[in-house]
Amino acid sequence: MNDIFVNIENLSIGYFNKRGMLIHVLKNVSLQIKPGETLGLVGESGCGKSTLGQAMMGYLRSGSRVLGGSIHFSGQDMFALSVRQLESIRGNKIALIPQNAGKSLTPTMRVGKQIIEAIQLNADISKDLAKRQMLDLLSKVRLPHPEVMSERYPHELSGGQQQRVVVAMALAGKPEMLILDEPTTGLDVTTQAHILELLRDIVTELGTAMMYISHDLGVIARVSHRVALMYAGEIVEDAPVTEIFRSPAHPYARGLLESIPRLTLAGIPNSMPGQPPIPGTLPGCSFAPRCSFATDICSSEPPEFDTISQAPHLVRCHHWKKVVTTDFSQELVRVYQAVEHKIEEDPAIELSDVEITYHRPGLIDRLSRTPTPTATVSDFTLTVRRGETLALVGESGSGKSTIVKTISGLLSAKSGCIRFAACDLMVKVDDRPMDLCRQVQLIFQNPDASLNPRHTVAEILDQPLKLYFPKMTRDERRERQIELLERVRLDGRYRLRYPGQMSGGEKQRVAIARAFAAEPEVVLCDEVTSALDVSVQAAVLDLLADLQKERNTTYIYIAHDLAVVRAIADRVVVLYQGRICEVGTVDEIYSPPYHPYTETLMGAVLVPDPDAKPKLLASDTPELSPPAQGCAFQRRCPKCIPNLCVTVTPPWQYAHGVDGYKIRCHIPLHELLVDQVN
Amino acid sequence: MAITAQVAEQPAIIKSRSPLAETWDNLRRSSAGMIGLSLIVIHLIIALTSPYWVPYDPLEMNAKIANQTPSLEHLMGTDKLGRDVFSRSMVGGRVSLVVTILATIIAVTWGGLTGILLGFLGGRADEICMRFVDAFLSIPWLLILLLIVSILGTEMWVQIFTFGFTYGVSTIRIARAATLDHVTNDYILAARARGEHKWTIVTRELLPNVLDVLLVDGAMNWSWMLLGFTSLSFLGFGVPPPTPDWGLMIAQNRQILAIQPWAVFGPVIMLSTLIIGINLFADAFAKALGLDRSQGAPV
Repeated sequence: MNDIFVNIENLSIGYFNKRGMLIHVLKNVSLQIKPGETLGLVGESGCGKSTLGQAMMGYLRSGSRVLGGSIHFSGQDMFALSVRQLESIRGNKIALIPQNAGKSLTPTMRVGKQIIEAIQLNADISKDLAKRQMLDLLSKVRLPHPEVMSERYPHELSGGQQQRVVVAMALAGKPEMLILDEPTTGLDVTTQAHILELLRDIVTELGTAMMYISHDLGVIARVSHRVALMYAGEIVEDAPVTEIFRSPAHPYARGLLESIPRLTLAGIPNSMPGQPPIPGTLPGCSFAPRCSFATDICSSEPPEFDTISQAPHLVRCHHWKKVVTTDFSQELVRVYQAVEHKIEEDPAIELSDVEITYHRPGLIDRLSRTPTPTATVSDFTLTVRRGETLALVGESGSGKSTIVKTISGLLSAKSGCIRFAACDLMVKVDDRPMDLCRQVQLIFQNPDASLNPRHTVAEILDQPLKLYFPKMTRDERRERQIELLERVRLDGRYRLRYPGQMSGGEKQRVAIARAFAAEPEVVLCDEVTSALDVSVQAAVLDLLADLQKERNTTYIYIAHDLAVVRAIADRVVVLYQGRICEVGTVDEIYSPPYHPYTETLMGAVLVPDPDAKPKLLASDTPELSPPAQGCAFQRRCPKCIPNLCVTVTPPWQYAHGVDGYKIRCHIPLHELLVDQVN
Repeated sequence: MAITAQVAEQPAIIKSRSPLAETWDNLRRSSAGMIGLSLIVIHLIIALTSPYWVPYDPLEMNAKIANQTPSLEHLMGTDKLGRDVFSRSMVGGRVSLVVTILATIIAVTWGGLTGILLGFLGGRADEICMRFVDAFLSIPWLLILLLIVSILGTEMWVQIFTFGFTYGVSTIRIARAATLDHVTNDYILAARARGEHKWTIVTRELLPNVLDVLLVDGAMNWSWMLLGFTSLSFLGFGVPPPTPDWGLMIAQNRQILAIQPWAVFGPVIMLSTLIIGINLFADAFAKALGLDRSQGAPV
């Protein structure tokens, strides 16, 4: 028993709702974590992952209660401890790293001081010693120039740096266990990869046990030794990381793995229909309604844990033997369906020499002739063909959203020309004719923010209909609403719901329906799937592809996830600091030669494969503004030619004529190719 | 199409409930809120029906029975002109209720819409208007009320508009602050990108989200206005005598406080029960709307 560090036995947590009904959040959860082991906890949103993480800190959300079971932390029963004892354990022995690092730091206090506070809370030592420890911690989390960084306020740090500070704070109490609740969600791929490497190193160096909560299987594959898969408040599979990714035994594990878009495969993956039920509401297996292996026994009898191997590999499924024998890798290839649609020759949107800047010179700037800072987006020339899906790829701050907002007229460009058919798109939305507004529609990243919480779905869909088709009668609009909902594969009865009564995927469908209500020619999609679960993401991508086929709509698709882009795009534009690095078809972009920046991005992508290791650059800090001259990527480029790249703007290099693949780099194409193939 | 079928099975679980029904449900659970609401309703009923059932004519003077302490004939005694205090107290809220209720509606409407518009527009227009609002709010309210009423007279409609305007200014601030929480949301951006008219965004997108704040602010404003109106009456700028009015009654009878305290207690009890009622209701109403909690998805 000595090698078990955390022992969770039959833990059930629930709360009573307003009508006095008992709602389970966790049901009979049993887990063990050994010292120094990293357990990955995976599942869709609403499966109870965070509740379990918080329960391990001895914390329950108000209103919920422990219905049974226990959590033992190195032999101590967490629920039997007094508040005092819990306080001494938290931070000192177990530390939690939350999702949004920026919000968990005090904004008005220098980060160094916040870490010193955390150190002194757990150990009674002098200020000088604490300060030395603080600097030590900051260099341990690999923040450059700890002395300088410790004097900064949280808002002066980038998202990745903030997350590093939070990790340093968590390590301040020298905890024996770290609980990480989606700590890298919302960070750029490169930053995320670096943070994960840091966490891996810390675990091996300090022997800290970790529980890593995430919905991203790529991340889980990279950090965990063992993976527990959660569904509707239950653990359905518990296995070593290699086994669960190589031979998943639960149909849910398979479904999740199948629904992830891959870098190496074009086309849209299979989606998992439906959503998790409220735990404890189904008599049999909770996954049965969504399972392709389900038989009668699944809907009547709940499955018990079965041992597959002594690793240990446990699974809660009636049919796991059948699941394991069905070849998984074969299926994976089969489920990816290529997107077929027609791309016309004539352009939908043409952008030439567009320059966009947020800087507005004030009176004093103009009088003193202060040099204007470099533009956010500059020298942007691009033709989007009718019916094609063009993806804009880049890290945050690369100007993707700025370009899309300019096309939709929410921002105005400083110079250049944007045209749509015969219309000028350089004017802001207030001055555009209504029919032009109708033809260019926007879908946002987060449906929670883009749908008005006080409107029903009917009212939400009514707005574009009323605005663009004023002649429609009330009954016609009602019919259109139902038709639109059916086109996004929602039931007509959803008309009467409020956004708060729908899941994330359903809300995003409504947002898509709202955009298509206008019967647009061009739809601008701003990270439309990044706030959704993988299982839902595949379904939304599939829906977008279907809608495109109906009217040959043009998509401009913003994404930072390269695998998603691979799944849906025809052509890709790689952007860095508002400058185009590389333009080409998906196949051209996803095979060498790469622009050095594209190579960096590709290297940082986490593949759902425990053996894959991201290729990272030694120092990779995001920049806030582009350099004044030369190549935009010069400061981070591993292949930077010292004098040339810093001073001269790189030339375009074409592979197949002016309209085809092009790359903007000083290094000749063949040299890049030779370098990258090896 | 498998997905459509999947979804179609589920809606039975969640019944669509309007926010109004949800709020009423929450409000009913709060005993303080229900006490407050009952006090308000009782006052409204008294104000509407009292002329028909009060035992004496509130205007009838009788010098023979002046300054009487409470008895079975006169429940709250009589004032120094021999008028029945109970009857006067019951009828005495009619004018102030009419004035303050109408003024509250005006204040919430004009202040709310102006505040939302300023919050939405931002920039220079917002900056300039808000400085005027700040300047206006820095003058003591009683002074402003006295100033306007002494210039424009004491007719009822003047008072309604004076109160509506004055108290609406503070609503501008509240509405603007509440709007700023919502104006950065993507649904406002989505509406702008659609090409919606500014006024449509204010009334259709922003107003429903700010309405809860406005309603609670309106309820609080109502109680402040009652105090304000009573103060004006007390100072002689409200209802002209001999009309029964709480503020006027207190002013007239304060000299006989030692002999016949009920001539002052009567209107004070009426006024304070109404104001306590409004405050209890406003507090519970704010809680029922979820203003003091984070707004999560209904479970």
